[in-house]
Amino acid sequence: MGQTISEKILSARSGRDVYQGELTVVNVDCIMATDTTAPYAIKAFREMVGTSGKKVWNPARFPLVIDHAAPAPTEKISNLHVMMREFAAEQGCPLFDVGAGICHQIMVEEQFVKPGDLFVGADSHTCTYGGLGAFATGVGSTDLAAVMLTGKIWLKVPQTVKIEYTGRLQKGVTAKDLILFTTGQLSISGATYQAIEFCGSALHPLSLSSRMTIANMSAEMGAKTGIVHPNGLKLEFGLDYDFTPIFPDADAEYAKHYTFDVSSLRPQVAVPNSPDNVQEISVVEGTKIQYAFIGSCVNARLEDLREAAQILRGRHIHPNVRLLITPASKNVFLAAMNDGTMQTLMEAGATFTNAACGVCVGAHLGVPGDGETVISTANRNFKGRMGNPNARIYLGSAAVVAASALKGVITDPAEFL
Amino acid sequence: MATFQGTVHAYSGAMGDNIDTDRIIPGKYTKTLDVQSLAAHVMEDIDPDFKNRVKQGDIIVAGDNFGCGSSREQAPIALKVVGVSVVIARYFARIFFRNAINIGLPLLEIPDHNISNGAVLEVNLLEGSVTDTNTGITYKATKMPQVMIDILAEGGLVAYLQKHGDYVL
Ligand code: SF4
Repeated sequence: MGQTISEKILSARSGRDVYQGELTVVNVDCIMATDTTAPYAIKAFREMVGTSGKKVWNPARFPLVIDHAAPAPTEKISNLHVMMREFAAEQGCPLFDVGAGICHQIMVEEQFVKPGDLFVGADSHTCTYGGLGAFATGVGSTDLAAVMLTGKIWLKVPQTVKIEYTGRLQKGVTAKDLILFTTGQLSISGATYQAIEFCGSALHPLSLSSRMTIANMSAEMGAKTGIVHPNGLKLEFGLDYDFTPIFPDADAEYAKHYTFDVSSLRPQVAVPNSPDNVQEISVVEGTKIQYAFIGSCVNARLEDLREAAQILRGRHIHPNVRLLITPASKNVFLAAMNDGTMQTLMEAGATFTNAACGVCVGAHLGVPGDGETVISTANRNFKGRMGNPNARIYLGSAAVVAASALKGVITDPAEFL
Repeated sequence: MATFQGTVHAYSGAMGDNIDTDRIIPGKYTKTLDVQSLAAHVMEDIDPDFKNRVKQGDIIVAGDNFGCGSSREQAPIALKVVGVSVVIARYFARIFFRNAINIGLPLLEIPDHNISNGAVLEVNLLEGSVTDTNTGITYKATKMPQVMIDILAEGGLVAYLQKHGDYVL
């Protein structure tokens, strides 16, 4: 019987052929936790270990990342960071400290995940690595603690939804628009418990960065994982290693099959308060904004920063708007400095923060005020998401955010390209 | 505590669907190991008075996709800390589902319930049945995978692994 990509990867890690609906215990390749999830995972791990003296199953495969509230805004959080540093040192785990960047970008850049791997991360956007062709899924802290101890996790082999894109994206229309559109079509629960396979000729020319953007928002449809077919996949971020791309069998069984022609797709915007509340930009154009944000694990790579710089070059943002930019990692930050992107953006009025989550999750660094409207490249616009339930958050591509920052209202980037 | 009674806090209609983890406990309060501190902010952005009304043993009843969004285990922990005995929804988001079971907070998926605010429910966890004492209607929950039932029976994943040392399917 034919297998989907998820069934192939889960079979390889189960030591037997498994198919959708089956429960299986799998060996993982790598795991990860952040400063939101690691403290609880460490606590649960210590309770599980008790007095047995057991260590993390494979410390080299458990990187810890301090990114959700970094640098620490309070002494309480700083103490949690101390706890993570001490645990990493004690167990011999790699630690990515303040300024290194967002966990998901680091996992790919530092080769903790490769095509075909099975990755379990204590963060819901772990599915981002599906852009690289890995089966990557998010779990909570106690689940992760059990993997820290055993190197294994139980999973139900998911059904797969196949989403095929035909045609070609127009200039100024990006992977973010494609995935926002898809989220609007499937809804926030459209792929709950399921895996998604993204495929079709429209995706073949897309960069790894764009593929990660698409896989990232699988989480916004409730999916267990989202994997982009590896046709045309090229490594990026200075990565250079050999890999065997994994394709589904021709007779693999899918729960559903969607086909979208993206040729006439216009920029898409998610309006408050849910990422599946998606409209074509023409519907919301002219909405006043006070705050523009380019950042988060979905859209803060060099590709996105360049997209914004292309629009902002030689121009200045609207006087009533502040533009905050948070690069996805220190490497992205350095690359943006080296090629002049950062200078262009700062001359246009942007403010840079250190590479981290901060603004996206509302922990610190740039919380909006009451009644303010934000246009953001992030993946979630739930009420209160950025730290203030009285702010309104719209989501779009870096091009939409840059164009909107220029005009002070939500703007189709087309006129600047 | 396989059988117990509790009073319902129902979130119905559009408000009861897709209640995300940011609404259960906003991200800005999650960076702490002091689980008691979560109690002051539980459900803050959707139902600010919930934390004052909720009593030990109360039951939350919601619609579709309860607990969608982030992987934060602080969401089910916050509900457990304020005394919620069980959460009932038509279905749950997957990470929240696993997290709740792992920390020993019982969940029941009842796809067709019509339970309203203030109802008093008799819950039988072992049988997965819920009786609404106001209407007399008994609902049957969707059966969970056996491994989840086993984890819950131990009171959570920590105790389960202390006992078994590994997963037993
Ligand atoms: S950038 Fe935002 S969505 Fe991504 S991991 Fe950080 S907090 Fe989560």
